Amino acid sequence: MRRAFIISIPYLWLIALFLIPFGIVFKLALSDMAISIPPYTPTLDISGGWAGFKDFLSQLDMENFIWLKEDNLYWKAYLSSVQIAFVSTLLTLLIGFPMAYGMAQAPKEWQATLMMLIILPFWTSFLIRIYAWMGILSNEGFLNQFLLWTGIIGAPLQIINTNLAVYIGIIYTYLPFMVLPIYATLEKLDPSYLEAAEDLGCSRTQAFWAVTAPLSKPGVVAGCFLVFIPVVGEFVIPSLLGGSRTLMIGKVLWDEFFSNRDWPVASAVAVILLLILVIPIILFQKQQERAQEAET
Amino acid sequence: MKRFTFFNITSLTLGFAFLYVPILILVVYSFNSSRLVTVWAGFSTKWYGELLQNQAFLDAAWVTLKVGIFSSCIATVLGTIAALVMVRAGKFWGRTLFSGMIYAPLVMPEVITGLSLLLLFISLGVERGVMTIVLAHATFSMCYVSVVVSSRLVSFDQSLEEAALDLGCTPFDAFKSVTLPIIAPAVISGWLLAFTLSLDDLVIASFTTGPSATTLPIKIYSAVRLGVSPEINALSTLLIGIVAIGVIIASLATKRAAVHRKRQEEAARQET
Amino acid sequence: MSNDPFQPWEDPNATPLIRFENVTKRFGGFTAVDNLTLDIYEKEFFALLGASGCGKTTLMRMLAGFERPTEGRITLAGQDISSVPVNKRDINMMFQSYALFPHLTVADNIAFGLKRSDMPKSEIAGRVEEMLDMVQLSQFAKRKPHQISGGQRQRVALARSLAKNPKVLLLDEPLAALDKKLRQETQFELMDIQEKLGTTFMIVTHDQEEAMTVASRVAVMNAGQIKQIATPDAIYERPNSTYVADFIGEVNLITGKITSDTEKTCEIAWDGGMITAQPRTKLAKGTEVCFAVRPEKIAISAKKPNAANAIQGKVHDIAYLGNISTYYVEVAPGQIIKAQLANDRRLSRRSFTWEDPVWLSWTDTAGIVLTE
Repeated sequence: MRRAFIISIPYLWLIALFLIPFGIVFKLALSDMAISIPPYTPTLDISGGWAGFKDFLSQLDMENFIWLKEDNLYWKAYLSSVQIAFVSTLLTLLIGFPMAYGMAQAPKEWQATLMMLIILPFWTSFLIRIYAWMGILSNEGFLNQFLLWTGIIGAPLQIINTNLAVYIGIIYTYLPFMVLPIYATLEKLDPSYLEAAEDLGCSRTQAFWAVTAPLSKPGVVAGCFLVFIPVVGEFVIPSLLGGSRTLMIGKVLWDEFFSNRDWPVASAVAVILLLILVIPIILFQKQQERAQEAET
Repeated sequence: MKRFTFFNITSLTLGFAFLYVPILILVVYSFNSSRLVTVWAGFSTKWYGELLQNQAFLDAAWVTLKVGIFSSCIATVLGTIAALVMVRAGKFWGRTLFSGMIYAPLVMPEVITGLSLLLLFISLGVERGVMTIVLAHATFSMCYVSVVVSSRLVSFDQSLEEAALDLGCTPFDAFKSVTLPIIAPAVISGWLLAFTLSLDDLVIASFTTGPSATTLPIKIYSAVRLGVSPEINALSTLLIGIVAIGVIIASLATKRAAVHRKRQEEAARQET
Repeated sequence: MSNDPFQPWEDPNATPLIRFENVTKRFGGFTAVDNLTLDIYEKEFFALLGASGCGKTTLMRMLAGFERPTEGRITLAGQDISSVPVNKRDINMMFQSYALFPHLTVADNIAFGLKRSDMPKSEIAGRVEEMLDMVQLSQFAKRKPHQISGGQRQRVALARSLAKNPKVLLLDEPLAALDKKLRQETQFELMDIQEKLGTTFMIVTHDQEEAMTVASRVAVMNAGQIKQIATPDAIYERPNSTYVADFIGEVNLITGKITSDTEKTCEIAWDGGMITAQPRTKLAKGTEVCFAVRPEKIAISAKKPNAANAIQGKVHDIAYLGNISTYYVEVAPGQIIKAQLANDRRLSRRSFTWEDPVWLSWTDTAGIVLTE
């Protein structure tokens, strides 16, 4: 009995503040703007019983989704979010893997320090770190000053307010999320696997591809999920570093909500975003559970 | 076996330069006397002075601190319980759903979490302000706490708890006097993580706040949207400095504790 | 089968397959292997035996190619292999942890080395099949390493390291992870396979029973040096030093001084009296020696027996071990000699019990006189 009580505390909390809110988003996505302009009142009349519920259901429709389908701004935003997330995940992996590998190969007495250096940016504000790049990438910023000084370019490059700036911001912010899980798997890797591979005729490089790479897969997969999923819905980075041409769905949702104040459409945008992410999120959860089981 | 190769040193150096140079530039230029933030015009601390005069920033900082402390404490309690449930409770009805609700918020785009919580608060007719931000922050940071704590619990030797029970503890007693002290470091780092996540959050706070409560990130965001400014540089430097000092103190403390323990072990060995 | 015993080390014309020539390995200030010279012949099953940290693993890892000697050289079939990288050596190793690749099936693990050799692709499957047959695991070919038992994993590791038909197979504590029963069975399997293939095996172990069972010759190592190399029976019956005598099996070590030196026998005076023994070489009067005698070579009787050595004492303690009992007999204050009796009757009253006065006796060839 006490066990059930203990389980129920976090369980009910999460149902009330995580699951039910999603239900409301779904419901609102099917409502019309006219009846749900703030102040918003619940249209489900519980006292009406089953008939009231049916009545409530009949008022819901797919209008917002049809609207989303017809306005190709939304489609472009979804596509470009997924594309930006995909490319930046790959780039983060490309930069993060060698770092994680270097950390795992470093002498034991160095590893704690390197680990702290990776985690430290976590503790400093995300907003501030993005802000730091605004000063570097702007037209009269440090990067342009430096490039002009070296003579590589003759006139300042337009970097801020482009997708390039968004990529830099994403890689910068999410790099630790990629490095940490990969480092964790590489660090646990039994060195005798590599010795066995070399003993059986592999060169160092062959042993890396035949053994290290496949065995680091759980870390790589976890890292990619940790980067890809939140980046698809990223708002701050495109809003501060991206330009008007940077289309990302998180920003569209924000504008729909705060500027247009069209809550049903914002909810519909959120529902579709969630549908896009539901498969990667479930895969991520399965992968985390497997990783935890492997440790017990 | 382990050694730095040329390739490893290069990738680490470039990687860490990428991570730290922007922050370094920001800190240096917060001491610039010019309002033009990219042109060095001499050393000055005047922006710090102006910052401390700015009542709006100070108010926002106070709100953020309150939200951070309350939400991280709630998140730590709930997250620790959730970790115990995940690692120890075995099979129960709806376990998959439960673990889904623990892991999903880690990757859930903040705009969705924020929007859904806002709609919940509105449909319940709750007045939005500090309280609603606290609830929102506690919810998503408890998941982080639970991941941190459960990774410690997984490696926890359960026979310690069994020994406590064998020696006459009640289950709650055993948890309080054996399990909790051992997982305490993980619980503390979970709390720190929850606290910084709360201090850091812009999106969820923007959705769930009302007109009465403006947090520091919201304030910074609205200032930053207009471009780079030296006051923000100074504010950022202050925040980074607080974090850096905290981290350095924490790591020195753990290092000293480790050295102390080693010495004691050494002394004990020589006594026998 | 010919009746010639296999002992190439006795043949002065035989050329060894592996030679360690004055090999030293230092890690920083620590000398793991100290100016060591060793010959190993083809088809040998050679065991390196020693306590942990004695340098046996380092010696093997140098042969495998994971470590380079600081000084000296190692040759394989006459070729200096000191500078040949691991992956180019005709030597394979079976790891203590087995190091089976968790992401590959049993068959793919066995094929791993073959795919990187010059074997044509078409022959690899056949060779894998053959190796699986040899270790009787054909039905597990498609399983992953975590889906088979510990003993099966051990056999996969063996098959994998033998698949490329190496000149030498190195086995690093190959049976340490198995329980005792399985370990004994596997020892005989290893010997069968080694005999069938004729590959030179070198095993590193800290388990003396294992070394004695499988090996044609055993090298006892201590502190980076080899104390003795000999066949298992010679190591046991004719140890060359007190270290080896004490390390292998149970032994009574009695220190004393030579008091007479006739042609064949000598007399040793010690705290408990005099001992008559046959030294291997003539020893001068007054030499400090150590007399080593195994407990099972000592007889116990109630009356004084007619033997070269007989000494009276009192039973101090008895350890009943099932097949044998060890009697701890106090022959002089503080001087205890161990003697063993086989329990060859199931239902018999113990002839001697605590505090009984008994006679211990042994012949003049039962023990060995050591000067080291």
